[in-house]
Formats: sequence, C-alpha cells, structure tokens
Amino acid sequence: MEWREKASFNGILLYVISTVFVVYLVFHQIEDLSTWLAIFWVVLLFAATNASINSFKRESSNQFLYYYSLCSPQGIIFSKLIYNTLLLMIVGLLSFGLFHFLLGNPLENVGIFIWVILLGSSALSSTLTLVSAIASKTNNNAALTAILAFPIMLPSLLTAIKASMYCGLGFSWDEVGPYLLVLALLNLLVYSLSYVLFPYLWRS
Amino acid sequence: MRNWWKVVTVILLIYTLIGGLLIEVPRQHILYESIRNLYFHVPMWFSMIFLFFMSTVNSVKELSKNDLEADTKAIELVNTGIVFGILGTITGSIWAKYTWGAWWTNDVKLNGSAITMLIYMAYLVLRASLEDEQKRARISAVYNIFAFVLLIVFIGILPRMTDSLHPGNGGNPGFNNYDLDNNMKLVFYPAVLAWILLGWWMYSLRLRKRKLQQDLSL
Repeated sequence: MEWREKASFNGILLYVISTVFVVYLVFHQIEDLSTWLAIFWVVLLFAATNASINSFKRESSNQFLYYYSLCSPQGIIFSKLIYNTLLLMIVGLLSFGLFHFLLGNPLENVGIFIWVILLGSSALSSTLTLVSAIASKTNNNAALTAILAFPIMLPSLLTAIKASMYCGLGFSWDEVGPYLLVLALLNLLVYSLSYVLFPYLWRS
Repeated sequence: MRNWWKVVTVILLIYTLIGGLLIEVPRQHILYESIRNLYFHVPMWFSMIFLFFMSTVNSVKELSKNDLEADTKAIELVNTGIVFGILGTITGSIWAKYTWGAWWTNDVKLNGSAITMLIYMAYLVLRASLEDEQKRARISAVYNIFAFVLLIVFIGILPRMTDSLHPGNGGNPGFNNYDLDNNMKLVFYPAVLAWILLGWWMYSLRLRKRKLQQDLSL
C-alpha cells in the first residue's frame, strides 16, 4: 500500500545521507563515544519524525473512505505500523553503516548495538505512527506531531541511548539485556495500544 | 452529611501542617529537618498520579460510552493534576537546593517529572487545536490513554534500573524502612490522604465552574 511513496522513502534516505555528511564535514572523525551516540540518535529521531509525519498526511479523506470500505481499522494501523517500523529499521541500519564509513566506529560491541538499533527504531516509529494519526485529525499537524510525540518517545529513546552506551563500552548481553527487554516491552505496549485505540480515531 | 469528606480534608490538612512541622523526626545525616519535606513533596506526586489516573479512567469511559461529560471531567482532572505536579517540582527543587546543593540535577526521577509535565502540556495544546466538541473529546481521550500508559511504564520501570541521587534509589535511603519511624508514619499516611482529598476537592470545584460556564454559553 505504501510502496507507491517511493519518493518519500528516497527523501528520507537523502536526508540521512546529507545529515551524516554534514556531520562528517564538521567533525571528520568522532573519537568521543557520547558525542557519536548523541548525533546518531538525533539523526535517527528526526528521520523517524520525517517519515511518520507523512504517513497519515498524504491520504485525502476520500482515500480514507475507500480504505474504510476495503479493510478493518486494525488492518490499516498495523500495515502502517509495520511499514514505518521496517522503514526506520532500514534507515537505522543504513545510517549506522554511514556513520561507520565516514565517522569511524567507537563501539566495542557491534552485534548487540544492531539489536538496539532495531528495537529502538521500531519503538520510535510505532509511537510516532499513532501520534501522527492523532495529529492528522487536527489542522496544524506537523508541529503538533512533534509536540505530542517527543515527550512520549523519550522513555524509549532514553532506554535506547542507555543501552547503546553500554554497547559502546563493550558490556556483554547480561548488562544490556534488561534494556533490550524494556525496549521490546515498550514496543509491545505501543502496538497493543494502537490496536485498541485506533478504531476510535478512525470513526471520527 | 454529603460533604463530610471535605471536613475530613480540612482536619487532616491542619494536622499535616502542625504535625508535619512540629512532631519530632529522626535526625539523619545531611537531611536533618529537611526530612519534613516528605509530608509535602511526596504526597504531591501521589495526588498528581491519582488525578491523572482518574483522568485516564474518564477518557476510557468517554471512548466506550461516547460520554461528553466524562471528557469534561478528564480535562479538569488533568488541569488539577498539573497544579500538583508544579507544586511537587517546586517543593522537590527547594529540598534539592538544601540537600544536594543544586536546584536541578540530571536524574531519572527529575527528568521523569519534567517529561510528565511536557506530556500533559501537550495534551492541553492538542485540545486547544481542535474545534469540534465530539472530535476533540474522542481524540484527546485517545492521546490521554496512550500517554498515561507509557508514562506509567516510564516512571515505574526506568528509575529502578538506574542509579540516582533521589532517595529510594541507588543505595540511598528510601524513606520506607529504617528511617521512617512510627512518628513519621503517623503524619505521612494522613498527609497523603489529605493531599489527595484536597486534589479531589479542587477538581470538583473546577468541574462545577466549567459546567456553569458551559451552561451559560449555550
């Protein structure tokens, strides 16, 4: 359903590439772990915001009516959630690759970090999807999405940053595990809440 | 007597103020008299969570029954809860200045409270940006439930996983076992009840005011 938005996908890719390149021009090589992580998550956060804001905006109300006759609201929110999650996972991995290529890799434990990226970006994008569904019902939706989503994304973002800090310092599964568990739990929570709440949004 | 609980509130609050300021407290290193803040700071957060919880309950009611009155209740509960949140932040900040030496530190619990405030401010912004009553009620109810559940996870789980300066975390004495003696319990539990009841009272006043305003504008 969303594949017709090739342009938006390419837009996000270009956004990530150009941001990382700007960062590269400024820093050349980042030795400091916390700076590296801060920039990485900020890039990912804004990529997620860009991606999700568009996910409900572009549909006109007529199109919505059409989908409504085709499938259930749960089906729609899940397809959006899965699409956005996969998209941001790809973007996350790609920006990790770019960071690795241009800025160097201060991380000790790459294997776990990839899990952190996957779970973290899934948490970010699923939260943003429901919030952008909420915001699309109002008039000024881009600004409102940011206002509404940033505070409720902070829990998952903080957990992800903490976990990736541990990866950077080379901790093993035992130390990072609980954080990954919390991230997975947050994911599950957001998914089930979206499942329950979206039909109500839909009806209006 | 219909309003007996208001009388109870007043009596308990007077008891909290007098007892909280005068009854003997254990002398702790660094804390000393500032331990009395327990009677004011901690119940503020309890009341805030209670009010936000009730607001979420009303949002669920609004979604399931399409009840506009529940929506009015939810918004007034949030408004009252924010007052308590601000008071909790102020009392905590003053306490931190005297015991930690700073108004604000980068700490999970402090950040948690800041995020809570941001979430509910965002809730108010969301309401302000919607015109239609039915639509506003439903959409803000969805956001309210979503935000509250994530918030509970956030303030319930994360602080337990990280070290913190805040009492109750990271090996700091939590005010529960050995340094909360019986004298303090005697004041603390009534204090919690008193502040929660006061919050409920403030909310019911605000609700009546809003209903009157709605009736007048119709």
